[in-house]
Amino acid sequence: MGLLSFLQKIEPDKKKSPFLHTLYDGFFTFAYAPNATTKSGVHLRDGMDLKRTMVMVVLAMQLCYVFGTYNTGHQHFVAAGQYLGFLEGFHLKLVHGLIKMIPIFVVTHVVGLGIEFWFAAKKGHAIEEGFLVSGALIPLIMPPDIPLWILGVSVAFAVILGKEAFGGTGMNIWNVALLARVFVFFAYPTSISGDEVWVSGFEKIGAEAATAMNVVAGNYADYGWAHGLFNTLFGWMDIATFQHMTPMVDGYSGATPMALASKGGWEAVTSTFSTSQMFWGTIPGSVGETSKPFILIGAGILLATGIASWRIMLSMFIGAAVMAMMLNGWGATPFMEVPWQYQFYMGSFFFAMAFMATDPVTATSTNTGKWIYGLLIGMIGMLIRVINPAYPEGWMLAILFLNTFAPLIDHYVLESNMKRRTKASSAVVGHSETAKEISHA
Amino acid sequence: MLLAALLLIAMILILVSVLSVSDNLIQIEAKKRGIDTQRKNMSIFPRFSDMFGKPAPDFADPSKFHHLSQGHDIKLTGAATGPRVKGMAARYAVKPTDWRGIAPIPKMVVSEGDDVKAGDVLFYDKMNPDIKFVAPVSGEVVEVRRGAKRAITHVIILADKNQTHKQHDIINVDKASREEIVDYLKESGAWTLIDQRPFNVLADPTVVPENIFISTFSTGPLAPDLAASAEGRGADIQEAVDTLAKLTKGKVYLGLDGRGTPPPAALTSVTGAEVHYFSGKHPAGNVGVQIHHMSPIKNNTVVWTMTLDGLLTLGRLMNAGVYDTTRTVAIAGAQFLEPTLVETHMGASLDDLTKGNISSEGTTRLILGDVLSGKTAGKDDFISKDTNLVTSIKEGDEYELFGWLLPIKPRPSISRTMPGFLMPGHEYEANTNTHGEKRAFVVTGQYEKMLPMDIYPQHLLKAIMAGDIERMEGLGINELAEEDLALAEFACTSKMPLQEILRDGLDMMREQG
Repeated sequence: MGLLSFLQKIEPDKKKSPFLHTLYDGFFTFAYAPNATTKSGVHLRDGMDLKRTMVMVVLAMQLCYVFGTYNTGHQHFVAAGQYLGFLEGFHLKLVHGLIKMIPIFVVTHVVGLGIEFWFAAKKGHAIEEGFLVSGALIPLIMPPDIPLWILGVSVAFAVILGKEAFGGTGMNIWNVALLARVFVFFAYPTSISGDEVWVSGFEKIGAEAATAMNVVAGNYADYGWAHGLFNTLFGWMDIATFQHMTPMVDGYSGATPMALASKGGWEAVTSTFSTSQMFWGTIPGSVGETSKPFILIGAGILLATGIASWRIMLSMFIGAAVMAMMLNGWGATPFMEVPWQYQFYMGSFFFAMAFMATDPVTATSTNTGKWIYGLLIGMIGMLIRVINPAYPEGWMLAILFLNTFAPLIDHYVLESNMKRRTKASSAVVGHSETAKEISHA
Repeated sequence: MLLAALLLIAMILILVSVLSVSDNLIQIEAKKRGIDTQRKNMSIFPRFSDMFGKPAPDFADPSKFHHLSQGHDIKLTGAATGPRVKGMAARYAVKPTDWRGIAPIPKMVVSEGDDVKAGDVLFYDKMNPDIKFVAPVSGEVVEVRRGAKRAITHVIILADKNQTHKQHDIINVDKASREEIVDYLKESGAWTLIDQRPFNVLADPTVVPENIFISTFSTGPLAPDLAASAEGRGADIQEAVDTLAKLTKGKVYLGLDGRGTPPPAALTSVTGAEVHYFSGKHPAGNVGVQIHHMSPIKNNTVVWTMTLDGLLTLGRLMNAGVYDTTRTVAIAGAQFLEPTLVETHMGASLDDLTKGNISSEGTTRLILGDVLSGKTAGKDDFISKDTNLVTSIKEGDEYELFGWLLPIKPRPSISRTMPGFLMPGHEYEANTNTHGEKRAFVVTGQYEKMLPMDIYPQHLLKAIMAGDIERMEGLGINELAEEDLALAEFACTSKMPLQEILRDGLDMMREQG
């Protein structure tokens, strides 16, 4: 085969340039399944490998990518008071979403994969596939306007300290994608919390600059060269273009349903968003977490293929529902009084359930442990969401918290298994005394 | 309203606590009376498996029927069916490497050029000189083949046209003492047919085993119907069971196939042994899995196992005084032109059995045993002592464009990302490609699905890798042999060498004593 022999010809020397060789090996094994055969043990191996497993997860979140990208554009124009219908101004929304999303995606992968490759070359092993999923998850859990340098720093932090320091794929304690987000959350809180960060593409013009520019101080659409490029294109095609200096609608807050609920309960939420809006996800928020149906399709793919643990998903749902009901019963604040089923319309519960909690490396590894793990994430996450005064969402913290305790949960599950065995063996010592006599004639 | 709700909750709580306390009292009483509550349901609540489990077939006693829901059947093309053909090979060999736990250089009794009868002593282990290793057929010793460090790998016999057997005295099992039987078995060579667990080694004559277990069927890929060779051998099987019953302080357990048609009467009507039926996918036929469900190996206890073929040889010896190693071997797999069932003897030459039958297409790998736990063998090798299947499979040393993402040829897999799960009956023409590279453990819960035992294989393997003996023991290493983890190794997404790691652990345990 032409391509195969070409690829084999350009293989760099492993000793002279280990980094190039690692890169080459990564891409070669991506293109061609290796010709290795079984040597010891089984003679036959399952057709499934880690690459395929990871890619299935990435495929399962593709609908979130498509919707999230478009919704980024949609939210931008809603804030500007233009094209309020979801499909109106389709090309503009799509292009704006892509202009926001592509840099995020590229930066995440260049930084993350770059570090992975470097470590792989340094340690002399093949590139492992873990970052395929982490790298696909990170853009979906970031606000669309995240400064790219912050994103780069957070990815580097997550990959180096969260993963490579522990030994790479399969060894990490905390979910890498969430670690990147929690880094932003604590290090640069203004870029990931509050009302203003969830809608992209606006710039605040202060009073002084406003007078100079002869406009009213406030938020104005901030279009760069990429938008300009497309404006030219759209101009040729004679369709609507991006309008510079479009002001944000007066009184538009950009608050997410969660922020509204924490202030005024379910009434405050429904006065701004309808339940179907929240269900379909045409609301501001992190890129990939808003659309429930598309996330649930992804979760369905993961469950149907058996890649994600149904135990974790189910028990996490039960835990969250039970905790929401208990808070309903308590009812001390308007947020606690939000009917428990409506808690699932808001926030990123389903995204966390489908893609974050089910990470097999950081979750518990025993089946019993998975029930406990999911249940506790559900309960603690819901508790943080409702009680936390500073930030009305809890899944990121709850999952990282339970990641920390997953080995402990497993430890007790294994201990009970071991205890069962030692107990049974001491019981048998007594039993063998009454066992039938051996004929020593 | 609130009061009513609280009252209702209180009522329910009281009812539940009364029920559970009485349930516990029954269990305690049952334990006092020595009833095994693990297997007999003494609870007032029905068990989940009683309500929804697979019902026992008509021929099986429901209390001795086990349906195992974990596991997977790997279906491959080239199964050997049809009538057994007599295939007397020209050469046979006894391979000292078949027995784990004996010294690599045994003491030879015969030398090249000697004539032997079937049952004549060939060599013995210097550590245990009483245990004799005997000739499976009569003929001339033509070669003592040596391998690395001069270890003896094969003692090869050119078989006579007309077989002659060494005639042993027949002893009366009922009257003989345990020592007499042990000595008789050691001298006649039948001792070498008994294995010992933990560690899956040659049985140690100085211990009295807790129980003795025989699995009478195999569920592995391309496995032949083992029970067929038991047909009409009821008397031999009964005699063998009676003999074994004298060797153990517990019971003799037979694991029978409960998946479909009833096993032959020669097995079902055995007395003096506890007969259990197993249904389910592979590895339901593995003796280790069956032991776990009949009477699990506890720490510090020793059990013995035998194959059905070994049982038949033992029975014939006790009844007729001859050491008869007739074996039915399935020659199966996609690379054989004509898969067949051959009736031959232990140790037959692979070359003689497969001559002219191997496809010239691609490179062929010959395996003694099944594709999961068998050993690769060259053409000039000989079948091992327990071999009842020779598998051929194509080597998969080819690159495949996007093979991991878009596999062109169907391949066996437990994953539902492969279309194969929609066609459970499909027979695959598989090859030896690893279909991926080795990685660290990532996926969890996968091994448990492939092993119908109350064991956490991944944690056990990690304990082995860490060399933590106590934890290995606690997590059940003593209950496992390589073949039990073979299916999990097949399924492993990270392509870990499970059987190799387990053997390291077992050796570690054995060195610790």
